[in-house]
Amino acid sequence: MTEKMTAAKALVKCLELENVSTVFGYPGAAICPFYDELTHSQTEHILVRHEANAGHAASGMARITGRAAVCCATSGPGAVNLITAIATAYMDSIPIVAITGQVCTDQIGKDVFQEADITGAAEPFVKHSYLIKDAQSLPETVKKAFHIASTGRPGPVLLDIPFDVLLEEIRFSGAADYAKLPEIRGYKPNTAGNKLQIKRVIEAIQEAEKPLICAGGGLFNRYAFTLMREIAERADIPVVNTMMGISSIPGEHPLSYGMIGMHGKPIANRAINECDLLILLGARVNDRAVLALNQRELKVIHVDIDPAEIGKNLPATIPVVGDIYTVLEQITELLPEKKHTEWNKYLRDNAESPPVNPQYQPQISEKTINPKNFIKILNRLMPDDTVIVSDVGQNQIWTANNISLGESGRFMTTGGMGTMGYSVPAAIGVKKAEPLREVIAICGDGSFQMQMMELATAVQHNINVKIIIMVNNRLGMVRELQTNRYSDNLTAVFLDGSPDFIKLAAAYGINGDYLTDEKNADKALITLLASKKPYVLQVSVDERAVSLI
Amino acid sequence: MTSRFHTISVLVENHAGVLSRISGLFARRGFNIHSLAVGVTENEAISRITIVAEGDNYILEQIEKQLHKLIDVIKIRSVKGAELLSRELMLIKVSCSPDKRAELVAIAEINGAKISDVSQTTMTLELSANEMRLSAFEELLKPYGIKEIARTGVIALQKGANSLNS
Ligand SMILES: Cc1ncc(C[n+]2csc(CCOP(=O)(O)OP(=O)(O)O)c2C)c(N)n1
Repeated sequence: MTEKMTAAKALVKCLELENVSTVFGYPGAAICPFYDELTHSQTEHILVRHEANAGHAASGMARITGRAAVCCATSGPGAVNLITAIATAYMDSIPIVAITGQVCTDQIGKDVFQEADITGAAEPFVKHSYLIKDAQSLPETVKKAFHIASTGRPGPVLLDIPFDVLLEEIRFSGAADYAKLPEIRGYKPNTAGNKLQIKRVIEAIQEAEKPLICAGGGLFNRYAFTLMREIAERADIPVVNTMMGISSIPGEHPLSYGMIGMHGKPIANRAINECDLLILLGARVNDRAVLALNQRELKVIHVDIDPAEIGKNLPATIPVVGDIYTVLEQITELLPEKKHTEWNKYLRDNAESPPVNPQYQPQISEKTINPKNFIKILNRLMPDDTVIVSDVGQNQIWTANNISLGESGRFMTTGGMGTMGYSVPAAIGVKKAEPLREVIAICGDGSFQMQMMELATAVQHNINVKIIIMVNNRLGMVRELQTNRYSDNLTAVFLDGSPDFIKLAAAYGINGDYLTDEKNADKALITLLASKKPYVLQVSVDERAVSLI
Repeated sequence: MTSRFHTISVLVENHAGVLSRISGLFARRGFNIHSLAVGVTENEAISRITIVAEGDNYILEQIEKQLHKLIDVIKIRSVKGAELLSRELMLIKVSCSPDKRAELVAIAEINGAKISDVSQTTMTLELSANEMRLSAFEELLKPYGIKEIARTGVIALQKGANSLNS
């Protein structure tokens, strides 16, 4: 039955109909009508301590559930604070729906208190945005927003809703009104790959002597990585991955050769340089990864949902536009078995990294530990289905290169945008969605200080994330760059003045410990993993430790 | 690959903000717009934007693909030389004392231009043509003293029976 209700109430109903269990947000006057209605709903609100972190938390939740997650903020400063997270989700292709309050319709454009043109400001970073001026159109607009965010190439969609619109009465019957997706003329993402192209893919794989799969972050959509593994196994194709593609194939899988790129494994880069057929699956080959490719004659199969990515950075011999899951299904239907024994043996024989140049061996001074070893110890001790969320910097590279996840493990990082301060809020989002899984954020002492206010969020809402801070008292990644490219002229990378992070955690009522000796790593990590509450481990790393291999 | 001009017709949703999305996309991706013209189509809910952009084939391909990603963009077609029917309207105000009027009227007539306004000291002419003819016309009028020019930007349709809607 069609009821009359405020648009704010209808919005809450729409979120329920989208099965949104959690909204991450931060209130303010303009969005209060929505908050008021939210109290009458099963949908839970998690109060973050900075709006950007509401967006990152939604990103974490979306990545682990594979469904669009929701964050919200008030008009003006609240909305503007959200931009970093929206941009991060855009670059990393993560489906989030961001809801912002806006000043009253008749005040828009008049520079009133807390007005910001957020649809304008966020335009370069959204898949799409709506400024909802007609209250009656709200339900169908919300429906479109979720559809656009989560189909095709996923990304953030922004809904900006003026205060008076939220309060306006509309007719809305709930489920019946909401069921049908309104026509969006300009949005018809491809799903299946072109049949002819699929045939060419099969032929190319048949003909190739040295095929190679490069697995990207797109493979996490609809668990498409399971099909990728099947294809690799059936046709005996070795697999390398981008940073976003880590954990799409188990690290110990006999066909897995690790991460490519400037910070990647030598054998992975070698495989890319020597293969005769490169199969890019859900990978954008952004500039960093492409560094590993020299300009040679190479057959490239590129499967991507976004036609604009195909041929943007690397010419594709066989482009396949389509939903990665569907395309891989099409390929598995036709792909015969094949062996590439020689090629695999060659890679296997050379897989052992050459002895690390002593210059590149991480320094281990007194009271510090080798970060690479530390990650390997963590890897050994943690449960198989652990979710690792790494931040940005040296800590990210150490983690990416030394973590080796099994069938069910998951690695997340912001490979596209590289936003410091991502790991803790994203981990909070993941843990909220999957409370039974171990979720560990790994960050540096620089990035931790961009997100440490979120300790309160974890405590307040009993979200038991574990946090590992690699403390080198430096913005390590930039320090390393200055050492290598600017004659070690170190500037603005010293983090003196930082607090004792364990005391800081204690101030939030969070337990933690210091780790300064590799001998104690097992014990420290066992304690961290055993904790039923948030826990912080501060790991001392030498200030000169390097991340480049 | 050589850089050249491409005429791209884009059908978009006719509502606020669409133009800024399109021009923003061109700006942030570094695509060069030579001209841009917008107007509503036979369907009130749809506008047609004609863009003349400069670049090689790679750029043209990227422009089309990136435009496609905008949800407000319904259809795109880049029309090639021989199939292209393109026009631009120019209003041009030149100095014209009464004794020169007859001369200018003759020039207008030869070139298929119209006289749209006359004052004691000026004459405003109007010409709809392709870009090359507009430029030639402008050259022709230069000696009289050009006071002001306004151009609409190119609009285009495909020759023959095909349409963007089909
Ligand atoms: C928001 C943001 N600002 C600046 C940077 C540039 N940046 C990349 S890595 C890095 C240093 C990170 O330092 P820290 O978090 O201590 O980690 P470490 O490299 O020492 O492991 C900086 C400043 C960034 N990626 N994100």
